[in-house]
Amino acid sequence: MKKTDQILFFAFSVCILFLPLILKESYILHVFVFIGINTMLAIALNLLLGYAGQISLGQGALYGLGAYISAILSAKYGVNPWLGMGVSAVIVSAVAFIVGFPILKLRGHYLAMATLGLGIILYIIFNETVDWTGGPSGFPGIPNLKLGSLTFDNDVANFYLVWFFALITMFLALNLYQSRIGRALRAVSDSEVAARIMGVDAWLLKVKIFAASAFISSLAGSLYAHTVTFIAPASFGFNFSVELLTMVVVGGLGSVFGSFLGAAILTLLPEWLRVFHDFDIVIYGLLLILIMMFMPRGLAGLVSHLKAKVYVESK
Amino acid sequence: MESSAQIFQYILSGLANGSIYGIIGFGFAIIFNATGIINFAQGEFVMLGGMVTVFLLSLLQWPLVYCILLAILLTLIVGIIFERLAVNPLKDASPITIVIITIGASIFIRGIAMLVWGKDTYPLPSFSGDTAINLGGATIMPQHLWILGLTCIIIILNRLFFYHTIYGKAMRACSVNPKAAGLAGINVRAMVLISFAISSALGALAGIIIAPLTLTSYDVGIMLGLKGFCAAIIGGMGSGMGAVLGGFVLGILESLGAGLISAGYKDAIAFIVLLAILFFRPGGLLGRSGIERV
Repeated sequence: MKKTDQILFFAFSVCILFLPLILKESYILHVFVFIGINTMLAIALNLLLGYAGQISLGQGALYGLGAYISAILSAKYGVNPWLGMGVSAVIVSAVAFIVGFPILKLRGHYLAMATLGLGIILYIIFNETVDWTGGPSGFPGIPNLKLGSLTFDNDVANFYLVWFFALITMFLALNLYQSRIGRALRAVSDSEVAARIMGVDAWLLKVKIFAASAFISSLAGSLYAHTVTFIAPASFGFNFSVELLTMVVVGGLGSVFGSFLGAAILTLLPEWLRVFHDFDIVIYGLLLILIMMFMPRGLAGLVSHLKAKVYVESK
Repeated sequence: MESSAQIFQYILSGLANGSIYGIIGFGFAIIFNATGIINFAQGEFVMLGGMVTVFLLSLLQWPLVYCILLAILLTLIVGIIFERLAVNPLKDASPITIVIITIGASIFIRGIAMLVWGKDTYPLPSFSGDTAINLGGATIMPQHLWILGLTCIIIILNRLFFYHTIYGKAMRACSVNPKAAGLAGINVRAMVLISFAISSALGALAGIIIAPLTLTSYDVGIMLGLKGFCAAIIGGMGSGMGAVLGGFVLGILESLGAGLISAGYKDAIAFIVLLAILFFRPGGLLGRSGIERV
């Protein structure tokens, strides 16, 4: 990890640690629980999109799969929720690993369509297997997570729970970027052929990072299921996958802190601007087009651009 | 056991739906051949066709046929604006950039449609009544005949355009090799614009002719667009005729699957077929070699 990233991550963690003391039991704290979950999801997508240059439009469904497996294991079979969370993450990443082999052979537009297709098939399964998932009307009564005598059923506890996982995800993703694997991923992103000539097993690497992305998404899904205690297919559809894509693009491809910014902005905006609620998909659409055209590295790119400018002018 | 009349019924309605997928897939193939882009906003042209017709019908009170023509024209204009604003400025953009931009455009158009027309579903009157016609034990709606007839006309017009007009030939040249086409004096950028115009008009037409059967709303574009893409993939992206045949295959599979297995999984069939083809025969079932591009 770069020195600046280390300092930034440390400062960020401290801010997160003290945030509940400032915000108290407020609505914003409640929203921050979801910002944490969305940050994990955005980083999971960013591993694919920003690091390896592979698009996935099925992220929402992997997230949903994690949530449903956790919900079914804990509410129907009485499995310990922590164990259920681990089991569902393993299952979801195994599924991703297996379907990853044929899917990640595809490139560009075809990859986008295949992941989209996978997402829609899973979405239809969530809706149709009513005996398991409760179908379109949802799955109620998912138990909260417990740690000793502490039950994660209030916003402060949930905040620390979710951000514990979100910070670990951020830390690992930052580490990965500067590691051997991270360099290999970026090589694949720049030119798959060149990467293969340099001895990178591009296909296997893409499949592995897809599985890792699925693992994180599944954990986020389990956290969502256990904190909200109710899930329905509508949260895991194509629109949500596009929302995640918007978070990553707004924040900046390949930037971990950018993913947080994107997740925070896109989660807070609808809360602050009630009008935004009706216009959200119009605004997401515009954001995607405008940022890709004029600011392809997102907010993170803007920040480093400004930093470079200040640096040059101070010399 | 299902009776053979019932199977015949499924195949008939499968053919009609399949024609729609085929026409939409044709739109995908035209843009793909001109630009190498898979236009994720294709489904929104389909939605616009149906919705604008419904809207014009209640606003202007004109006869249906004028409303349809005007709706196709308006969608075509949207297609041209889309090309000028979002696709034309991109030079040598990576596929991921293009995918994200066309997805952005797609949800933007869908969002505008939702704001203008709300989330309700709207009916469109059938072109010539709702009296079912009996055909060998199966019933067929007049609208089905319209769909099949118009599909045939589109296939013929397409053949005439791409093989017997100078513009069509120029577009085929661009799809084979844009650089060489440019050297031969063909305005490649103009051909890209024309491809978007034709493709959006075809999408609109598909959306209009299916609306009387399925109703229409601001969000029909996602599913119809994806199934159109699936049809194009089955037929092999390089071929317009392939897309129509791919549409028939998909339509029949879907209606047999819905009838014989489970109606709830009807939409999943298209995507399972899509994934299977992408995995095992990325060049399409009909293959590339057998059929000329366009």
